[in-house]
Amino acid sequence: MVDVKKKAAELLSSEAVKVIIGYTEGTGGKPRAAFIQNVADVEKLIFNSQCVMNLAVYLTKAEIKKLGKPAIVAPVNVLRAIIQLAFEVQIQESDIVVLGITPDEKLVEFQSFAAIESYLEDFKMELDAKEKETLAKISGMSLEERWAYWTEELSECFKCYACRAACPMCYCHKCAVEQNKPQWIPVAAHQLGNMEWHIMRAMHLAGRCVNCDACHNACPKGINLNFLTKLMLADAQEQLGYTGPTLKEGNLLSTYNPNDQENFIK
Amino acid sequence: MEEKNIYKPYLMRVEKITLEAPGVRTFRLKFENEEEANAFEFKAGQFGEYSVIGEGESTFCIASSPTRKGYIECTYREAGRVTSALAKCEEGDVVGFRGPYGNTFPIDEWKGKSLLFIAGGIALPPMRCVIWNALDTRENFKDVTILYGAKNVGDLVYKNELADWEARPDVKLITTVDPGGQTPDWKGEVGFVPAVLEKAAPSSENTVAIVCGPPIMIKFTLPVLEKLGFTEDTIYTTLENRMKCGFGKCGRCNCGPVYVCKDGPVFSYKQLKALPDEY
Amino acid sequence: MTIEKYLVKKTSLPVLFDKIKASGKVVKAPKKKSHTTDFADVASFSEVTDDYIVTTQSAKSVAFPRVEKLFNYVKSKDGVQITDYALNAIPEVVMWGVRPCDAAGFDPLNAIFTWDINDVIFTTKLKKTTIIGFSCQNADENCFCTSVGGNPGSTQGSDILFTKLSSGDYLAEVISEKGKAIQALAPELFEAAPSEDKEQNLAKVDVKFTKEIIKEKVDKYFESDVWKEQAQRCIGCGTCAFVCPTCACFDIQDENHGKNGHRIRTWDSCCFSQFTLHTSGHNPRPTQDRRWRQRIMHKFSYMPDRINVYGCVGCGRCSRACPVDMNIAEHLTNISKM
Repeated sequence: MVDVKKKAAELLSSEAVKVIIGYTEGTGGKPRAAFIQNVADVEKLIFNSQCVMNLAVYLTKAEIKKLGKPAIVAPVNVLRAIIQLAFEVQIQESDIVVLGITPDEKLVEFQSFAAIESYLEDFKMELDAKEKETLAKISGMSLEERWAYWTEELSECFKCYACRAACPMCYCHKCAVEQNKPQWIPVAAHQLGNMEWHIMRAMHLAGRCVNCDACHNACPKGINLNFLTKLMLADAQEQLGYTGPTLKEGNLLSTYNPNDQENFIK
Repeated sequence: MEEKNIYKPYLMRVEKITLEAPGVRTFRLKFENEEEANAFEFKAGQFGEYSVIGEGESTFCIASSPTRKGYIECTYREAGRVTSALAKCEEGDVVGFRGPYGNTFPIDEWKGKSLLFIAGGIALPPMRCVIWNALDTRENFKDVTILYGAKNVGDLVYKNELADWEARPDVKLITTVDPGGQTPDWKGEVGFVPAVLEKAAPSSENTVAIVCGPPIMIKFTLPVLEKLGFTEDTIYTTLENRMKCGFGKCGRCNCGPVYVCKDGPVFSYKQLKALPDEY
Repeated sequence: MTIEKYLVKKTSLPVLFDKIKASGKVVKAPKKKSHTTDFADVASFSEVTDDYIVTTQSAKSVAFPRVEKLFNYVKSKDGVQITDYALNAIPEVVMWGVRPCDAAGFDPLNAIFTWDINDVIFTTKLKKTTIIGFSCQNADENCFCTSVGGNPGSTQGSDILFTKLSSGDYLAEVISEKGKAIQALAPELFEAAPSEDKEQNLAKVDVKFTKEIIKEKVDKYFESDVWKEQAQRCIGCGTCAFVCPTCACFDIQDENHGKNGHRIRTWDSCCFSQFTLHTSGHNPRPTQDRRWRQRIMHKFSYMPDRINVYGCVGCGRCSRACPVDMNIAEHLTNISKM
């Protein structure tokens, strides 16, 4: 953490950046996002295994952009989001300074997004054994069982949209769920409204989701909604060898490749 | 307290539709239920929640005068889900209406005074109720001046009524369109409302000014009025914050502690100045 | 009525619960679900948990559910037929296990729904609800009821309040006629009042500020930068409003199923960026700091000014549920020191 803080202080004092987006201590010792604007406050930065919130969500927020050029403390989940956001032309190399951080709090400096991309090659976006086990359980259900499972799981949702707000990829100013001409998705948090919202959310994240679990961690009801996107990720891995976002081949499911095995488009 | 469902609308039959300008229509609505029609009362300045059943509700003022009994009128521009559905309605269709809500223009206090109406674009409807109210009780007021401007000639609403007002000897009507918005046969003024107001320079003596229009027009009109000698309690306007319920519960329309739906929509400039910048 | 005190034995609670169930009333109680503990329909006492500081969501759903059908309609060639809300079909509900903060939340909620115009759907539901409160033996770092006029053993809003004594038995305070009616279902379970002091059996919640101080400060610092500083990490979701016992903002929508449908009222939140957005694109509260200010000002300034009640009961639900740790007690404490 020492070198991260040192770098952050340098960046602020040289005015290379105006704000450091990082983690600091919050309620009950748990981490929360911090927006450090003074060198003296750099000491408040922390990093530990509980720092799972994806800070990249702030990179596209108008209120944060107004603070000036940021440097962002970026563990792997944040780095992945940065690459995906870069592919989607939401951020540019000159807009931010990325302070990569390893699990043992070491600073990793990047001169370019391409450097982040090659760094990430050592961190293939793969599902772990526990995730695979849960997915296998859900996939193994009969159609009726699976419908019952998701109906029950999503019945808890009251549409606070914390999942959307916490997701670094949900940066649309007006979300599809707010479109009302026509009204694609019922506003109400009833069975149909919830089911349609979560299916739509997952579909919009197909091939874009960086599997950071921000949506699940944000959910006040602890709904396993992240398994909707994980299921797609598993398919993408198995069928297309997808291992995470890159600068050249971003939106997996909306990108056509002549080598694709399906021939319906030819 | 009343024991009825406050969200249940009156059912109203669309009696007449007038296309005022591109995308702008006036509906004349009559109560389906005779008893409801007889019990219904409102005053100039109040608003309601209009609905196409199945599409939702939208908030507009009652654009007709309370002196005209047996119906209400609203004028709206086609924009969102509900107004687009309203635009598809035909004469004879049934729509919903809840209201009247909100406060009123203090027209009784204005007796014996001159009235200056200043409106821009689609903001003439909230003023039309009070214009007709005043004209239908014309003996109560001294001079009546109406200054109405729009982007272009096509955007002027209530064209028939503008002609009526033009023809009346007891009304001074000034119409204007923004530079470039005039047609070859346009006989009115060309220029923005504040500039035209300054040129016309109506007297502020014993006069109340009622201003309604887009925020930018209001912003530049108020200083001109002050220059002409109007004071902050002789200038009135109506606000249009987003609303859902219309009666102070849904939490949307407040500017600080002031609820546009309950304390407004009519405000004097003095009251407006005291509001935080949330409208 | 004056509060009557009784002893109810630990072993009597399930019996009372069963008697209430048997009386035909709907009983909702805190139930552990797969991820959270919340009020739910419970089949038997064994499903009821007492292992919670507060439930994730408040008890407000009983009178202000996340979706309320306001009326039904049928459209035809000749017009529209409206079937009004069936007020007489609203069932008697007993909310079991409500914390004192939550019970106190019905007051501000009721003040909003009866402000000049009576929202008869809400008030009928509330009238038909009996609140059986349980005092708090435990609190966490998010609790601040004592800073906004409540306390862990407050009887406000409850019809009966149970307080667990050192023996494991309960002090029962019967507070209202509705409480008496519950007692009348099993009068034999309500024994002579215990001598043990109630206070020593309550959680300790430190006073951090007073609601009056907050009002004074927020009225003074409306234009301060404090809102921007505090709202920086807010991501603009509606979690705080949806778990709050006093947040009442709502949306009205129509839902069609062919020619039939209903108009519904759904929860909404002042923290959503679209909440106040005009059709023209103009937004009176265009940034998150304005929306955060509205949330705090509404609860601590506008509500006391306009309807004579504060809109916060100090339950701390918003802080616990917030995905970005917007700790309201911390923010309010800082405001109180300005």
